[in-house]
Amino acid sequence: MTQQKPLLSVNHLKTYFQSDDGLVKAVDGINFDVYQGETVCIVGESGCGKSVTAMSIMGLLPDSSTIQGSINLDGEELTKLSKGNMRRIRGNKLSMIFQEPMTSLNPVMTIGEQITEVLLEHQVISKKQAIKKSLELIKLVGIGRGEQIIKSYPHQLSGGMLQRVMIAIALACDPKMLIADEPTTALDVTIQAQVLNLLQDLKEETNMSMLLITHDLGVVAEVADRVVVMYAGKVVEQGTVEEIFTDPKHPYTRGLLQAKPVLGSRKKRLYTIPGQVPKLVDLKPSCYFADRCEHCMEICTQQTPELKCNDNSEHKVACWLYEKEVVHQ
Amino acid sequence: MNNYFVKRFLYLIPTLIGASILIFFLYSLIPGNFIDTDPNLTAERKAELYALYGFDQPTIIRYFIWMGNLFQGDLGYSLQFQRPVTEVLNNYIWSSFIVAFASLFLTWGIAMVIGVISATKQYSFFDSFITILVFGAMAIPSFFLGLIAIKFFAVDLGWFPAGGMTTSGADYTGWAYVKDIAEHMVLPVIVLTMLGIGGLTRYFRTNMLEVVKQDFVRTARAKGLKEKVVIYKHALRNALLPAITLFAFELPALFSGAIITEQIFNWPGIGAIYMQAFSVRDYPLLMGFTMFIAVLTVISNLIADILYGVADPRVRVK
Ligand SMILES: Nc1ncnc2c1ncn2[C@@H]1O[C@H](COP(=O)(O)OP(=O)(O)O)[C@@H](O)[C@H]1O
Ligand code: SF4
Ligand SMILES: [Mg+2]
Repeated sequence: MTQQKPLLSVNHLKTYFQSDDGLVKAVDGINFDVYQGETVCIVGESGCGKSVTAMSIMGLLPDSSTIQGSINLDGEELTKLSKGNMRRIRGNKLSMIFQEPMTSLNPVMTIGEQITEVLLEHQVISKKQAIKKSLELIKLVGIGRGEQIIKSYPHQLSGGMLQRVMIAIALACDPKMLIADEPTTALDVTIQAQVLNLLQDLKEETNMSMLLITHDLGVVAEVADRVVVMYAGKVVEQGTVEEIFTDPKHPYTRGLLQAKPVLGSRKKRLYTIPGQVPKLVDLKPSCYFADRCEHCMEICTQQTPELKCNDNSEHKVACWLYEKEVVHQ
Repeated sequence: MNNYFVKRFLYLIPTLIGASILIFFLYSLIPGNFIDTDPNLTAERKAELYALYGFDQPTIIRYFIWMGNLFQGDLGYSLQFQRPVTEVLNNYIWSSFIVAFASLFLTWGIAMVIGVISATKQYSFFDSFITILVFGAMAIPSFFLGLIAIKFFAVDLGWFPAGGMTTSGADYTGWAYVKDIAEHMVLPVIVLTMLGIGGLTRYFRTNMLEVVKQDFVRTARAKGLKEKVVIYKHALRNALLPAITLFAFELPALFSGAIITEQIFNWPGIGAIYMQAFSVRDYPLLMGFTMFIAVLTVISNLIADILYGVADPRVRVK
């Protein structure tokens, strides 16, 4: 897989917000690739910059933000595209689903209108064809009674159904890349698995790539090919799903794995990492995890560790524990 | 659903009875009346007039007589005009209505456009400029605004007549008559519009700002829709929903006249008549008119509910 060119390549991405408290470095120099047909999971606690990463790729950030670095999708540099060209990619080659299906659809438009709309925007088809395609999409995402569904309004459907509709909208134009930002977090546990399986099946069927954002490592274990662990706007560890689960290196990743609910006892949290994600304003050069890390050393509070490989694999980690010269000290 | 409207309709009855009791007794219990106000009448003549107009009856009996007449569409007899109240209202209400209607139309149209543009360009130069103008317009009293308009557009520039509804002495017919009234309407309509536009512009701006923050607007953008479609199809429709109710509430205002503005522009509307009726204690006219507005208010509430139900699928489709 690694020999071909990545479909999505994010390099040195920095997304900052101007806020009243100062400059919020929500995403601070991250790199990762997503290859054709691959599922990459971004994990991390709430407030680590996962959604901002997704919105940076989609080009949907508010005006108060500045973006640096490169986002390359299928050979096109997204950060350099005009608004119009970016718009033509969105919902078409690159699409996205969100955390809250209940509020993500327009309450005063029918489901049918909201699916056909995206088809009519990006494809040269008649209204009739669009409706036919909508019915096919509804079937594809596993909802019956399509004729009735396209005439209904969002408030008439359940959260799980609405998320399926959102998936139908996202897949309408056969995207190469689907970003799913916590797509199951707001759903009931039983529905979560169904929606996740649906996403996984559809991904396999269409050979698209998926960037799945979650804070649930159970989800990661089920669907990910590779994993990107984010903490306070930075990538702290990155590797294949086996590497992350069998040989986690970063103390934060280990903490997340420890905090992961064990199968069969989903609700009982056995362990949580003490402390919380720091505010992303005015951070000094250091490991941002230092005040929560039991292995914290002097250098950790003075210099920022770099994300790098320590052996021949693609498994990367940003932690002073693995830096040779520190070990010599 | 139909059941709901029947119920809603039945609720009107106790509401209106309550309103009628309040209106009748408030005016009846105020000491003094049209007859007492006239110092030239002898006691004998007063007693005669009391009997003629039924003032010698107990208040309760008078209430039922008044209500009985109301049901027959009889709002009472204006003492000052010596005509039925319905006739007086009919004579003056339409001139108030045309001004209010034109101004309502302008106010809503302009407020919607400006509010939406302000919201989509929040904190831009345009937005700040409009905000200052809006607060300015809201802070200026109507009499001042009216006098400035007269001084500038009527006296200095001579573009429009300063007051009245028709050119006195002129005997226009047909289109010339319509044009003459239209010219006289311009200044009062402008003043009324300027007075109303501020609050409504803020209302649309706030509504719109609220809506564009919502998740489904983000979805619309994520679908790659044009910004125009996102704003005018997805956001505006949702921002307009609560405004429907507000719009229905404007119905009574269309008929209630604008007291100060009509005074300044010497416009023969119901607002001016209302003020006059107060100074001569023409209570039948005041009661009749107030009851008329109460009925309109209740009806506009009903219309607001029905319209909202038709426009919002969350209410319409259960
Ligand atoms: N529009 C914004 N303005 C200022 N700060 C923001 C904005 N959006 C997100 N942030 C900040 O960026 C950080 C990362 O947010 P986010 O990407 O939503 O986290 P998560 O990993 O939970 O998805 C948070 O600290 C948040 O407060
Ligand atoms: S760099 Fe230091 S503080 Fe940060 S995770 Fe590694 S050991 Fe802990
Ligand atoms: Mg998030």
